Amino acid sequence: MAGVVPRLLLVLLFSVITQFPLLARSSSLDLQITNAECRIDLTSQIVKVFLTLKVENTGTSPASELLLAFPPRQVDRLALVKAACTVGKKKKKTYVPLEVKPTELPDAPNDTKLFSILLLNPLKTSETATVEVLLILTHCLEPFPAEISQSESQLVYYHDSAIILSPHYIKQQTTYIKTPSTKVESYTRVEPTNHAGTQIIYGPYADRPPYSFSPIIVHSENNSPFAVVEELVREVEISHWGSLQITEHYKLAHAGAHHKGVFSRVEYQSRPSISGVSSFKHLLARLPPRVHSVYYRDEIGNISSSHLRGDSRKSELEIEPRYPLFGGWKATFVIGYGLPVEDFLFESPDGRRYLNFSFGCPVVETVVDDLTIKVVLPEGSQDPTAVAPFPVDQHLETKYSYLDVVGRTVVVLKKKNVVPEHSSPFQVYYKFNPIFMLAEPMMLTCVFFLLFMGCIAYLHVDLSLHK
Amino acid sequence: MAATDDAKAAPLRYAFGNVLSFFILLLIGILAFSIRLFSVIKYESVIHEFDPYFNYRVTQYLVRNGIYDFWNWFDDRTWYPLGRVIGGTVYPGLTLTAGTLWRIFNSLNIPLSVETVCVFTAPIFSANAAWATYLLTKEVKGTGAGLTAAALLAMVPSYISRSVAGSYDNEAVAIFALIFTFYLYVKTLNTGSLFYATLNAISYFYMVCSWGGYTFIINLIPMHVLLCIVTGRYSSRLYIAYAPLVVLGTLLAALVPVVGFNAVMTSEHFASFLVFIIIHVVALVYYIKGILSPKMFKVAVTLVVSVGLVVCCAVIAVLVALVASSPTKGWSGRSLSLLDPTYASKYIPIIASVSEHQPPTWPSYFMDINVLAFLVPAGIIACFSPLSDASSFVVLYIVTSVYFSGVMVRLMLVFAPAACIMSGIALSGAFDVFTRSIKFQLPGISKNSTLDAGDTGSATAVTHNNAVKTEKKEEPAKDRPLRKNRKKEKEHVEKASIKSRIEKQLLVLPLEASIIAIFLLVLLGAFYVVHCVWAAAEAYSAPSIVLTSHSHDGLHVFDDFREAYAWLRHNTEVDDKVASWWDYGYQTTAMANRTVIVDNNTWNNTHIATVGTAMSSPEKAAWEIFNSLDVKYVLVVFGGLVGYPSDDINKFLWMVRIGGGVFPHIKEPDYLRDGQYRIDSQATPTMLNCLMYKLSYFRFVETDGKAFDRVRRTEIGKKYFKLTHFEEVFTTHHWMVRIYKLKPAKNRIRGKMKKTKSKTSSSSNSKRSGTRKRNPWH
Repeated sequence: MAGVVPRLLLVLLFSVITQFPLLARSSSLDLQITNAECRIDLTSQIVKVFLTLKVENTGTSPASELLLAFPPRQVDRLALVKAACTVGKKKKKTYVPLEVKPTELPDAPNDTKLFSILLLNPLKTSETATVEVLLILTHCLEPFPAEISQSESQLVYYHDSAIILSPHYIKQQTTYIKTPSTKVESYTRVEPTNHAGTQIIYGPYADRPPYSFSPIIVHSENNSPFAVVEELVREVEISHWGSLQITEHYKLAHAGAHHKGVFSRVEYQSRPSISGVSSFKHLLARLPPRVHSVYYRDEIGNISSSHLRGDSRKSELEIEPRYPLFGGWKATFVIGYGLPVEDFLFESPDGRRYLNFSFGCPVVETVVDDLTIKVVLPEGSQDPTAVAPFPVDQHLETKYSYLDVVGRTVVVLKKKNVVPEHSSPFQVYYKFNPIFMLAEPMMLTCVFFLLFMGCIAYLHVDLSLHK
Repeated sequence: MAATDDAKAAPLRYAFGNVLSFFILLLIGILAFSIRLFSVIKYESVIHEFDPYFNYRVTQYLVRNGIYDFWNWFDDRTWYPLGRVIGGTVYPGLTLTAGTLWRIFNSLNIPLSVETVCVFTAPIFSANAAWATYLLTKEVKGTGAGLTAAALLAMVPSYISRSVAGSYDNEAVAIFALIFTFYLYVKTLNTGSLFYATLNAISYFYMVCSWGGYTFIINLIPMHVLLCIVTGRYSSRLYIAYAPLVVLGTLLAALVPVVGFNAVMTSEHFASFLVFIIIHVVALVYYIKGILSPKMFKVAVTLVVSVGLVVCCAVIAVLVALVASSPTKGWSGRSLSLLDPTYASKYIPIIASVSEHQPPTWPSYFMDINVLAFLVPAGIIACFSPLSDASSFVVLYIVTSVYFSGVMVRLMLVFAPAACIMSGIALSGAFDVFTRSIKFQLPGISKNSTLDAGDTGSATAVTHNNAVKTEKKEEPAKDRPLRKNRKKEKEHVEKASIKSRIEKQLLVLPLEASIIAIFLLVLLGAFYVVHCVWAAAEAYSAPSIVLTSHSHDGLHVFDDFREAYAWLRHNTEVDDKVASWWDYGYQTTAMANRTVIVDNNTWNNTHIATVGTAMSSPEKAAWEIFNSLDVKYVLVVFGGLVGYPSDDINKFLWMVRIGGGVFPHIKEPDYLRDGQYRIDSQATPTMLNCLMYKLSYFRFVETDGKAFDRVRRTEIGKKYFKLTHFEEVFTTHHWMVRIYKLKPAKNRIRGKMKKTKSKTSSSSNSKRSGTRKRNPWH
């Protein structure tokens, strides 16, 4: 039920937009933000910003589009923008996702990038609505000092603005910044500013004109693991014989403050609480349930330090790179596992088959700079199409695997800047005739048959010239 | 097998025997392959030890860049700053074999990685070697002996030690090539076929490609030819077996870059040429003898002998002069240490420092060939009854290989196939006698005895063989004329020979004695199998780069080497140079992909001595040597924390010895207290201040407070010290590998510099000249 309502509403919304496209655009700036609350979570390497915007239409015509503005530096690091609006009263409150798309305004200053949020239904004059926005930013905690020794803890800068950059007029706004620990070296004061425990509160500020900006820097301690997968290639090989083989190639790096000077094993082992606090040596990969034949290795062989725990709902693979990762250190490894095909491969009503698999990186709390997913379809499959919940680059390749003749079609999906929130399922649809499953066994049978025939023929034919 | 049309029982039984022996061979192949998989099952599919890593790296290069780039490959990642011409200094057989295998698999779209192919090359070739042994022994003593020998070879521990899955080394392929070359030689000798002679030359070429041990072939075969000539067994078959091998084989061998002109220039090959001349003279003599009358022949002999002697003397004088002009008398160091077992320890410490170049101990014979050691004499006796060309060859083979295995433990590998062949002959002969006497005394079951024996003895392949063998033992002496239509003729001959034999040579033993003897032989075989499986599973399957230990809370894995190599690979610059003792050179280039100063290809003694000198010098002098070699990181292996005995401190005396051999200011007695090597408080100050000691024990005292070394079982001598020119950049989890970085040269502070200048200006010259002497790279 819950899924149907938003879809209906979306359809409705689309019809509204298509009827009044010009109207909607011209009226968007008539919206006014009556109350904005911005909560910034700096506890991990991934910065999460929750905006709660109360908007009111002060113009004369109905407005359906709310604009968000970002400085150009932030846009590159923006992994995800999600918006939702609340529907219903207190008890029956539900969130309805709203469509977000990049847009442009002719009079936006200094290369400000804009995203527009389409409201559920256009706001009529002096109507209000509440919109919740989630922004996820990566790589925006800048370590300072940029190089630390083994015994130091890691301090990072966070740059932002005390006031939300917005093309709309803001009546009142408060910004809450949550730091990972109480240890805050410094922060910019934009009165009124309060610092208590792990929270810094900016504001409330009142009556800010559009595009107001007041830069702030928060310099705080952050020892959470800055595990960044610089490149991840996930290869999903479908076999209709019953198994889904997944191989994931990781290029892992510690993106925090670079390690400087000596690495002393004695200190690392004997005083773990003060030595190498910003380093990490464990990673947790959440794999689907019923996973089997898991391996964890790199280019020079098996890495023996891993543990697999599993129950009926999920499997957890705890992996340890060969050495603890300090700032700037890198490691590469491969994780591979098999999954029962019936959990992921389905037949759609129109007769096509589709793979329903999770996008994103199974290792928790990591940022993936460059993600490539390769879905290797069985030999003989046709018309592959991929459906992902967000825009991805895709193209087709051909791969030759065990005894292939024509090669397998590979659907390649690429996305940059992937965060755990991207781990939603995607689908790959294709047509497949089960007769192709028999091609390779038949081929092998024929080869052996011919071999034995050849042997028999050789033994029975006398090729000698002299009788 | 084809001749089943005349519906008689005998041909059918032969067909059955052939099929049975085919399946036994197949099973032997599977046995040879699978007994070597313990390493993969117990550990993982990984390349083992040191040299295999180099071969693996070369194979990767070959697969990536193709054969032409491979021949021209100049490797700049090793022996810095000299580099090494890989294409011209490596025996390419193994690499080319694995590369070809990989190419075949990939052309069939079987996506195996290069590593997988390399790991399984050795087991595949051991199966081939077992089949080659079958062929060779079959030529010597018939099918039964062949099958027994093949089964024995499939699991002989000596060969397993070099060919477990992952042990990707030259020997794995070379033993197959060796046996196969011998087979083709004996086959040619038996048939006189030029076809086999050509194949023999090609097989010899493959052996030359694969291993430096090919000199064994090119000396053994001439020895056998000479033996045949001397004992009056010269025949045209011998000529065909030998002459083409020398001509074609030498030409082909010269094609291999690493051999090149050595094939005609070094003393290892002279024997073959000498015998080549002799066999021609003998052939000529036989020819002349054939066309002249006896009287004329005597005249000719006196004439030729007198002229020939003069010519011979002249030629020999020239040769001796040539050979004597070279310092090593034209022999390579390794060959010399074979001929004179004390040579290496006297003159070449680098050869002597390798454990596999030491002479073996008696237990290692028992470990490596087990019960075969007792069966070999019986086999030799069996070879003398009757003595044929082929059996005299295997006798010669075993005698020479016993000697070589006694000199170098590594050459036990050459001895093992000979021991297997001999034991195969002995065992099969014994079974032959016993089963025949049983059959004779129980005439009622003589028809079924084949099947019975085949069923009961299924536990060991050894007992299978007697079943096959008793029925269809071939005529041992192979002095038959060249056969055109082999198949049919062979059957007729065999049929006849068996009938005649049962009547003719009855060596009948009492029934009970035979049964007990057979039982004991089976028991012996069973012991052998148990020992081999144990050796394969426990003794020889550890890959040595990952160590395991069993403790009360389960299996503990020490994966420190790869931890360190992976760290170097990912966290240092691509062009950084890493210095370590030469043992770890191949692994560092292959696993860490970093440039090393010296590696396991110990071709440049001076370079190794330089590293040895640096390791045995005090910190500052060592820093200067390393800095002049552009070294950025120094890697030492330290086992003191976990008790890993083959670490650098235990190898340290060799570093001192090799270093001191070239740079005389390093003196071994400085590191020994009363002739004893120790690192505790009694150690000499030179020892306690040398770089190796410092790098190994830096901050070791902080682990347990006492600095107790678990390998040397003592507290170390100097516990608290600081490093001034090196800094610790990485130490693995169990401290087994420690990596240090050279600190950059210190900036001079102006005031200080002036002070020191005025102070030492007078003595600086002499000091600098002093350091110059010490540091060979300035």
